[in-house]
Amino acid sequence: MAPAATSVDISASTTLAEVTRGRGVSEGGIMRSAFPAELRGVRTPRARAPWDVLAVVAVGGAIGSLLRYGAALAWPGPWSTLLVNVVGCLAVGALMHVITELVTTHRLVRPFVGVGVLGGFTTFSTYVADAVHLVFDHRPALALAYLVGTVVACLAAVVAGMVAARVASRAFRRGER
Amino acid sequence: MTFALVALGGAMGACLRFLTDRWVQARHDTGFPWGTLVVNAVGSLLLGLLTGATLFGAPAPTALVGVGFCGALTTFSTFGYESVRLLTDGARLFAVLNVVGSVLAGLGSGAVGVVLAAAIWG
Repeated sequence: MAPAATSVDISASTTLAEVTRGRGVSEGGIMRSAFPAELRGVRTPRARAPWDVLAVVAVGGAIGSLLRYGAALAWPGPWSTLLVNVVGCLAVGALMHVITELVTTHRLVRPFVGVGVLGGFTTFSTYVADAVHLVFDHRPALALAYLVGTVVACLAAVVAGMVAARVASRAFRRGER
Repeated sequence: MTFALVALGGAMGACLRFLTDRWVQARHDTGFPWGTLVVNAVGSLLLGLLTGATLFGAPAPTALVGVGFCGALTTFSTFGYESVRLLTDGARLFAVLNVVGSVLAGLGSGAVGVVLAAAIWG
């Protein structure tokens, strides 16, 4: 990688050459119709992670994990996992709407809040372990309800977060006029 | 002390998730969120192993590895957001495959972890 490119950050636009670097893939080779351009762009790989990005991801992950642990201490059992995951999904929906549609934020905001805090706060492994524990406790029906219910509630929470952010921003703009 | 272990595990888990996601996403040309699926499956396997170890009375670093590392390595918010984005952008089949595939992969690898623990400590 050329020295000039080492300053490329996670939020910067990426050239097609970087996307397909060394792969011999044409632009048409990317699934253009099936996948959103924004999602593709955001998830585009870089040569290496800048240390400041890794640092904020680590700090965010520690904060998110401590918040999740605090919730588990306050409400032991699978319901704290469900609550944590729903709240985290609500927040990520609002966050992503704000930083992709409304404002240009500092390049470390998404790694810190999105990847670090919310990624560390929400958990998939504990969700799976909760379901396994319910099966061990001879409550398979509740385990199934927990598995399906969490997914439905979390996807609805992401959408609700996005809608809430949109409604709030519109109300804010009306207030400005 | 427990809080410090959770924070340390969480910091390491979040970093590994970030790096794994980048590494995996750099190795295919679709927008399908394989990176998140991989970390969720691996984290579930590890927590399954830990759960099994506890079940069979073996000492398990629950705060550091279970709550901190596995909890932060895996994520529901990114999984949820990516699924919704696939859905709203018209890739409905991929959205459904991501949701069903992630849950099945998580459950499957979690079960494999428990079985592995049974083989080791049972």
